[in-house]
Amino acid sequence: MKKIYSDVLSFHIIGYVFLFILAIACVLPFVLVVSGSLTPEQHIYEHGYRLWPKEVSFDAYKIILSSPDTIGRAYIVSMGVTFFGTAGSLFISSMTAYVLSRKEFQYRNHFAIMIYFTTIFTGGMVPMYIWMVNFLNLKDNYLAIIMPTFLTAWNILLLRNFIKSIPEEVIESAQMDGASHFTIYSRIILPLAVPGLVTIGLFISLHYWNDWAQARLFIEDPDMFTLPYLLYNTINRFDALSRTVAGSGIPMPDMPTQSLKLAIAIISIGPMVFLFPILQKYFIKGLTVGAVKG
Amino acid sequence: MMRKRESKQWMLFLMLVPALVYFILFQYIPMSGILLAFKQYSIRDGFFGSPWVGFSNFKFLWISGQLWRITRNTVLYNIAFIITTHATAIFVAVFISGLAGKKITKTIHSVLFLPYFISFVVLGVFVYNILSYEFGSLNTFLKAINMEPVNAYAEPLIWPLVLTFFNMWKWIGYSSIIYLAVIVAIDKQAYEAAQIEGATVWKQVWYITIPHLVPTFIIILLLQLGKIMRGQFDLFYNIIGNNSQLFDATDVIDTYVFRSLVHNFDIGMGSAAGLYQSALGLVIILLVNWLIRRVHPDYALF
Repeated sequence: MKKIYSDVLSFHIIGYVFLFILAIACVLPFVLVVSGSLTPEQHIYEHGYRLWPKEVSFDAYKIILSSPDTIGRAYIVSMGVTFFGTAGSLFISSMTAYVLSRKEFQYRNHFAIMIYFTTIFTGGMVPMYIWMVNFLNLKDNYLAIIMPTFLTAWNILLLRNFIKSIPEEVIESAQMDGASHFTIYSRIILPLAVPGLVTIGLFISLHYWNDWAQARLFIEDPDMFTLPYLLYNTINRFDALSRTVAGSGIPMPDMPTQSLKLAIAIISIGPMVFLFPILQKYFIKGLTVGAVKG
Repeated sequence: MMRKRESKQWMLFLMLVPALVYFILFQYIPMSGILLAFKQYSIRDGFFGSPWVGFSNFKFLWISGQLWRITRNTVLYNIAFIITTHATAIFVAVFISGLAGKKITKTIHSVLFLPYFISFVVLGVFVYNILSYEFGSLNTFLKAINMEPVNAYAEPLIWPLVLTFFNMWKWIGYSSIIYLAVIVAIDKQAYEAAQIEGATVWKQVWYITIPHLVPTFIIILLLQLGKIMRGQFDLFYNIIGNNSQLFDATDVIDTYVFRSLVHNFDIGMGSAAGLYQSALGLVIILLVNWLIRRVHPDYALF
């Protein structure tokens, strides 16, 4: 008996130490960046970033909030791209998934293969870029951010599995009543598929919210920058930083550039950090469903 | 009756049209652009007017040694990423499911999941904050304990460690969920029987939990192997950026393609590297799928 107890004890000690080390490693970068954003510029130049600021200064945040136009715009762009991208993608993905789930649809396997093939072979980034810019003229167009990842085979097939789990009788009885396929889809399937749509919608919206690469490729107009791309620009290009805080009236040499970069990073992840505890359980549910289905 | 069936087919087809248009317009037509890999592209001549050059783009990639470098880096990084992330995720899942104090373990799991939600651009800021030579917190710390500061951004050899660490940092919470789901589904009777026999907790983990996780791990491993030619582009580009001093240890196929597009505008070379990646990737996926079919047909991709 004593032996078992000592083992339970060692399991708990090692387990908790292991998990705590990982948790600290996960949180530490967040703490460092918050701390850096609150450090007076002079201290950063003299002592560097540190775990805890010697002296707290809100200068960086004050400057950003005194000229909220650029960041505010980027917020709106990101929200718009996320909203329309997610809504459109969910609508067309689920409609496609419904069609592919209907056994009476003759060529469903051919179409499924056609969609699936895009996951194992692609033309790559360069041909996509030439096509989008030179032929479709999508440079500086929000569609260029949304379209490259709008529909994915993975989401469609996951939704198809979800729709397949809806009892066949429900659909058959609606067909008896003479309902068309579109009516069945919009009136019966969509409401029943809400849990699946929520989960996949969250993955899609997280993807759009965090996008910077498509904006990097296709967007040149600063008014159309997404939030992560604005951040990317501000970090990597000095002139972009001055534009971001242009309204503050502070001459560029006096600008607390080092703390400012970090403050913009913090402001851009703000909503995610607050929303995330609420949304987490849906992500976990979705992942678990995916894992069970293989 | 027959006519009614026909009309229903039409309705279904009509509902499929948006997706078909999408995949043709944004997947299949761009696929034909792989022809660019065999051309000497210039803006003036455009897609159709640029002259054919056969395999010379590939030849240049090969002779310059870049093809070998980016292939080696892509494959080695992917192997390191898969092993470190999943080994750690398995430990996390074992401890989170086995430890008493569910509230604490649940909170810890939420914390481990947090990095999954932030943009890679922000991750780039985090790394800069820690490793920057002049101001980085690491150097602040090293100076405080009277050690030499490190100039990380000029030191290629530490980056495999940094990238592997931050890849783990981003994915552990996410990956452990899959293993947690498997552990929850294990029959509790196995553990009860083991306890009656007097097996220690460690033995229960080793002889019951781990063997249940192995099939899932193997499937994930194979699926990841199928994608071994693709890189974590966001991770590499946001942490390394355009710092050519580090390329030897950090350049992967995706970053090479991206740079040839946005920095050098070398369309032919970028397309060639992209086509090489896609074609080799396709062969590997077919091989892996054949392998899964032999081991565990239920999990085969197609």
